[in-house]
Amino acid sequence: MSYGIRTFDEWEGQDLDEVLRLCRDLVEDVDFPTVKRWREAGGKVVGHFQVYFPQELAHAAGALPLKIRGAPVEPTHSDSRFGSYLCSIIKTSLELALSKRVELELFVTHPICDAARNLAPIWGRNFEYPCQILYLPQHANSKHAPSYLRDEYDRLAEVIEQATGGTITPDALRHSIGLYNRSRALMRALYDMKRTTPWKVAAEDAYCLVSLSGVLPVEEHIALMEYVMPQLQARTAREEDRVRVIFEGGFCEQPPLDLIRSLGRSCYVVDDDLLIGQRWVLSDIDTSGDPLAALAHAYLEQSSYSPVQHDDRKLKEAMLEQRFDGAGAKAVVLAAAKMCEPGLEEQVAYTQALDKRGIPFFVSEFEENMSSFSQLELQVETFVENLLFG
Amino acid sequence: MRSDIEVGRGNREGADLFRSWFNNLSDVRARNEGAAYVFVMGSLNELLLSFDMPVVFPEITSLQMAVRRVAHEYLDEAEDHGYSPDICGYVKADVALQLRKGQHPMGHVPKPKLALYTNACNTYIKWAEIWERMHDPVKIFAFDVPGTRQVGGQTWPGSQRFENDRRYVEGQIRELIEVCEGLTGQRFNIDRLRQTMGYANRMSLSWKRLLELNANHPSVFNALTDGTIYLGVGNAFRGTEAGAVYFERLVEEMEYKAKMGIGTLGEERHRLAFVGVPCYPIFRRFNELFSDWGGTFVSSTYLWFASGGANRGFQYDLDRPIESLAEGVLLAVRDAGDSMLDQYNVVRNMVDEFKLDGVVFHPIKSCRTVSTGLADARRALMDNNGIPSLFIESDMMDRRVVSEAQLKNRVDAFFEGLESRKLNAGEVH
Repeated sequence: MSYGIRTFDEWEGQDLDEVLRLCRDLVEDVDFPTVKRWREAGGKVVGHFQVYFPQELAHAAGALPLKIRGAPVEPTHSDSRFGSYLCSIIKTSLELALSKRVELELFVTHPICDAARNLAPIWGRNFEYPCQILYLPQHANSKHAPSYLRDEYDRLAEVIEQATGGTITPDALRHSIGLYNRSRALMRALYDMKRTTPWKVAAEDAYCLVSLSGVLPVEEHIALMEYVMPQLQARTAREEDRVRVIFEGGFCEQPPLDLIRSLGRSCYVVDDDLLIGQRWVLSDIDTSGDPLAALAHAYLEQSSYSPVQHDDRKLKEAMLEQRFDGAGAKAVVLAAAKMCEPGLEEQVAYTQALDKRGIPFFVSEFEENMSSFSQLELQVETFVENLLFG
Repeated sequence: MRSDIEVGRGNREGADLFRSWFNNLSDVRARNEGAAYVFVMGSLNELLLSFDMPVVFPEITSLQMAVRRVAHEYLDEAEDHGYSPDICGYVKADVALQLRKGQHPMGHVPKPKLALYTNACNTYIKWAEIWERMHDPVKIFAFDVPGTRQVGGQTWPGSQRFENDRRYVEGQIRELIEVCEGLTGQRFNIDRLRQTMGYANRMSLSWKRLLELNANHPSVFNALTDGTIYLGVGNAFRGTEAGAVYFERLVEEMEYKAKMGIGTLGEERHRLAFVGVPCYPIFRRFNELFSDWGGTFVSSTYLWFASGGANRGFQYDLDRPIESLAEGVLLAVRDAGDSMLDQYNVVRNMVDEFKLDGVVFHPIKSCRTVSTGLADARRALMDNNGIPSLFIESDMMDRRVVSEAQLKNRVDAFFEGLESRKLNAGEVH
């Protein structure tokens, strides 16, 4: 549903560099102007916290699914609602809502970590609209998980309908799945480009194009990607002598765009887990049968990995090695958001596995609000020089 | 009611039982046999005991290191191994315990052959994944127990949504039974399960009654200090006859104390609720900061969630044990989750039930499940109820973030306010 408007049309007719600049500006705009335009046109918004959310359900109800992933803002309103020892994204996500930068009809969080599961009751004490937890299965290997998740999606669909006033019909949901299949296919093509010809797309640009999939209506994201991808592909830039690295640790709180840019100046970031929830489903979801069952199947059987989902088949360090090998990388940047328990816990397993294979890695912590990168840049440059000349 | 009941026997018998549990674990280790590692929320002790599996509660073995003031040695070792200072102290202490081949200040902890963990705490999941890497072979079993989706929006038996969740839980229990059969070589015995569930029923009934009894004036036990002893027994001996008998005798003792007007302090001046996880590195001293002012903890959310939701007193239907086990575990673990995430409503109800004078919120570095929402819950409580409250931060394991002097300053100021408030209300002269 478009409500007769385009929320982001500034890029139309612009050259590639200008389009990418506009995308970067939009990603860094903490006032979410496109979401405001959507609301001004009468649109409803379903906010969903990291990591994965079946956006198709919100879309099929005619609402805009909006990824809530924090922002580089000062938590002036939300700080008093939290104690110490917490990651930044928890605070700044609530800040976005308390400061009315984003307004919602429904907020959904997930038990991805011990802090995030708290967001539903906290949010619920501060806002009148429904604030929910979506219990995605942690026992992915149980033969009962698919039917449970199908029921859970059915429940969520009902909640979305009540909150937005929309109706989710099976046909509408199949249509939405088809659109998101296209959006994800375009993002997969983008990541193929990162892996095969990383000199054609800067790390921060690839990041922004993925990030906008969580902000824009999916139809607009598809149009944007279909406009940009052929132009990126046609670029004649030449390969430079840079180290090919994997960035791991961006599944929830996001590093500042400047950090990604800074990393991209020294290395080719040939794969990563940044905003992995937007790319969680790895192949097209079936649009022929029961769409809820198809969504559930995709979450469990056609999916990527992250430190916040347990699956006996996805030992995290083995998955990282698979990502590393698949991208032809030479080194790994292991990052974790400050105070991010799952990320920090995973780092130990990652470092041990990489050590065992003799894969160079660089360990770091980040925070979405950090503004000084000089020390980090120096460390990265030293790491890269060691790889190139050591 | 008997008149020859020894006051304090519950604590003494609890300590004896707890030590026997540890001694048994040491024996298992000495025989080089494995154990089932489980957690306090959704342990399924009833089922595991029906397979005669020895059960280790890593949360309990870890907290004992802090109580015995050696946690820092274990934390340092885990941090040297690469674990961040900012993650759960229980996990790190346990990592070092595993690296030390189970060497613990109370004995020796056997290796895991099964790790059973619910999703009630995400750290459980990451913890089990660590064991998966440290021990080979170990079977890890994620036990999904869906929680409350929205505050106040719980579903109940009889509704389709509840049945969807219950069916999922039951299906996993049946899968776990197959795993246990494979690990132990024993066939599942449903009558044995009925027996352990029957003991659990008796214990749950007593646990619920125990908590209710502390509404008495004066309160009959300290929810923070005595309560932790009861929690240890309640978890380790759930599903055993010894556990059932212990709690029945404990209730008998507390009924007696209530009747005789025997409290925990010479003068109970301030009735408090404790919200959070205890400060184990200075466990006794922490309580004294309050008891020195005549303050006693009559209730705590800890006794609710760390009992795995036993506060509900759920009674299994032994005529349909597996179905009922699924229903009971779903309701109990969900309730435990609510006690951690929705502290505002839990505490709000405690205020009248326990005639509270104040509420102590104690978020800690190690546990974000319990701590993340405490500041906002306190804000809501102050806005809507007006009951005095104290917000102090420390940790359950890491003495580096426990500042006794700062805690004392805050606690003293809190009590000065309470005394002044009572003085103004004409309650203290």
